[in-house]
Parts: sequence; C-alpha cells; structure tokens
Amino acid sequence: MLKKRIIPVQLLLGERLVKTVAFGTWRDVGDPVASSKVYNAQNADELVFLNIDRGERTIAPLLRVLERVSAVSFMPLALGGGIRSFADAATLIRHGADKVVLNSAVFSAPEIITQIAEAFGSQAVIVGIDARRDGNGWQVCSDCGRTAQDIPLSDHVRRVVDLGAGEVLIQSIDRDGTMRGYDVPLIETVQRVCPRPVIGVGGAGDFSHLQEAFLTTGVSALGCGSLFNFGDNNPIRAKAFLANHGLKFKLL
Amino acid sequence: MIGLVDCDLGNLRSVANALDCLGQDVSVLTTPAGFDDCSHLILPGVGSFAVASARLRDRGLAAAIQAFARSGRPVLGICLGMQLLAESGEEGGTNPGLGLVSGTVVRFDSKHVPMIPHVGWNDVHFNRAHPLLTGVKDGVDVYFVHSYYLPANEAQVLGEADCGQRFAAIVARDNIGGCQFHPEKSQANGLRMLENFCDWNGQC
Repeated sequence: MLKKRIIPVQLLLGERLVKTVAFGTWRDVGDPVASSKVYNAQNADELVFLNIDRGERTIAPLLRVLERVSAVSFMPLALGGGIRSFADAATLIRHGADKVVLNSAVFSAPEIITQIAEAFGSQAVIVGIDARRDGNGWQVCSDCGRTAQDIPLSDHVRRVVDLGAGEVLIQSIDRDGTMRGYDVPLIETVQRVCPRPVIGVGGAGDFSHLQEAFLTTGVSALGCGSLFNFGDNNPIRAKAFLANHGLKFKLL
Repeated sequence: MIGLVDCDLGNLRSVANALDCLGQDVSVLTTPAGFDDCSHLILPGVGSFAVASARLRDRGLAAAIQAFARSGRPVLGICLGMQLLAESGEEGGTNPGLGLVSGTVVRFDSKHVPMIPHVGWNDVHFNRAHPLLTGVKDGVDVYFVHSYYLPANEAQVLGEADCGQRFAAIVARDNIGGCQFHPEKSQANGLRMLENFCDWNGQC
C-alpha cells in the first residue's frame, strides 16, 4: 500500500533558502544543502525546491543546488522555477532530479509537459498551480503569482493532466507563509477532478493542520515550509502525531 | 571497485552518490573495457526496456555483463536494471533481457492497479533471509517508480510488494540480485541494502 507523504518545500533565492508570506515579503531561513541533510536525517519523504527569484529565470540556480543536495540527500528530489524548455527539464533530470515542477510554462509552452512525460514518464512531471481566493472560487496565477490566468481552476487541472502531468502541486497564495492552516476547500476542489496524486501546499502552521487536510481531502501528500522552518517541528514528529489518526507513512 | 554500467539512460548520478556516501570506489562503464577491474557490478536504469535492451546489445555491454555474472562476482540490477536481468520484457514490444533471472517483465493491469505508474513509498515483505537483506527489517518502505513488473511467483523472489497487484520487489539467484525499487532514493534502508551488496561475496 502506498503511503502518505510529507514534503518540505524549500524556496530558493540565489543560493539561499527563504520563506515568503503570500508570495511577497520573505525571510532568509538558511542554507539549502544543510537543511536537506537535516531533512534526510528527519525522514522526510521527498524534497521540493522552487526557485522564486523573479530576476534569474533560468535553471542555473537549481542545477547548483541539485549538484550539492543530491550528494547528501537520498530521497526523491523535485525541482522547479525557471524551467522554460524541454532541454531545461532534461538537463535537471540527467543531473539527478527525479521530478521537475512546471508552472508558468504550462501557459507559455504547454507542449513541453507532454514531451517530458513521453521522454521520462509522467511521474517525472509535477505541474504546480498557484491559486488565489477570488470570491467563492480561485483565480489561477502564473509568473510567481503576478499574472492572473483566465481559466477556471478545475478546467486547468483537467488540462494539465491531459497534457501529461503525473502529479499536481496546488499552492494557496493567500495561505502561503501564514501558518493558519491549508486552504482545505482548494485542495478538495483539485482532488475532485484530478486522477493523479495531489500535493497540497500553503498554510501549514501546526500538525493539526496536516491532520485536517489529510483526513478531509484524502490528498496524497502535503508540503510544508514555515512549519519546519520556524518551529521546533520536523517530519518525524509530524508523522508520529498523524499516525495516531490512522494515517500511514513509511516505516523507518 | 564497484562497476556502474552506463547506457545513457536515466540518472546514474544518484547511484554513484549513494555509493560514494558508503565509501565505495565507483567506475562508470560505458564499454566492455574495464569490467575486469570491478569486484561488483551494478546495472541501474530508468527508461524503456526496449531501448535499454537494444543499447546493451549494440554496445557489447550485454555480453560483458553476462560474462561478469558467469565469473561468480555479484551483480545488482536496479529498477529497469533489475527488469533487464529477466529473460524478456514486453515494454516497447517483446525484447530479450539478459536471462540472469527467470521470467518475463509485463505491464501492470489497470484493472488491479488504480494508478499506473506505481510511484511512491511502499512496504516490502521478505520471503527468506539473504545477505542483501542483512539488518533490514521486514515490512520497511522503499521508493518505487515503475509501470512494468516481474511477477512474484518465482522461487528467486526475495521480497514482494503490493500495489493492487503483488510483484517481485527484490530477486536473487546465485550471485545475481535485483531490486525494483530505488535503494539510492530509499534513505537508510536503501543505503543499507546497497552496502550489503557491496559487502556480498556472491554466495548465499
């Protein structure tokens, strides 16, 4: 039986790890290589790295981090932010990425999702979707949350799955860095139309938020940033807590 | 020296990093030259059976791996590398494998397996003791990524997993071992199995 996953989501700005609030203000939270080594020891299930540098939209920063992280961290690694072509994705995969995360490219060059899925398998492509609350629904955004896209969320999810996405990472812009809990209806909305595993991200502040999101939505994985950056928390303690609520995680 | 067979498919780097972390010396083998210097051989692999099978034969690597196996030195196939050890595979048409373990690699049936590929952490249950499993607890989780599998009904199966369909997660026959999961991505338990392989003399 496949296990639920807890995934530290690490945001990169240059060579540093940062944590944003609502995709805006950020704080420096350390060194990506040192933190990955710690997450490896703390039994995280997977690591996601997203380059949020709005200036340097190339894969160079991801490659530099990947080179060093893959030497100290023996779990699946997913990287994204600034991937603009099939060649970018292929380069990352050949350098040790197990998965690539694409977001804005879905709007500018959707065919590369399909190309990556065909060349490396759909499990190698995560499509990231950033969503902002808009009345009773959500607005899909690209370009690090700056550009609103004119497509309903459910249609967008169906479209990326048709293109070849093996997984969908849904991120709440409003909850990002707030530690107020996941946007559970957002994750539910995506779950309902997505036949692939979903990773919910944005808002985790304590373990009860993970409990609520896992149990309400049945989501495959939850990503955490601030929860692990700013508290005396780690994946081992999160899983010990969640195991009491009947959720299954990998055994050590 | 641990030989790592490279046929330009998938990411060799992760396996090389894991071996490096275990303090092993690694030699990347792209041609039949260099096999003699190695005490152990690892065949990693991500990609399609058909492509890999053709490349191994075209580059003379298939014959070199088979000769290495006949010498009694330990061989380990990882993921597609394990599938390539079998007699044949049905991905991309029916193609010959290396014939070092028995069986044919077939695709999961979507009637039984809700999500293909089978990706993620799943538990492995051991059928018997083996040097490759020393110090690894029964039922631990390891990281899988695959759509094809070797059926679990063979005597050579050391460990099974279940994703709606039971399949061979680890196989071993004489000096040959194979794991369908990625030990290099399976943290402490995976590294322990790699270390066990590097310490193994090929005898059971």
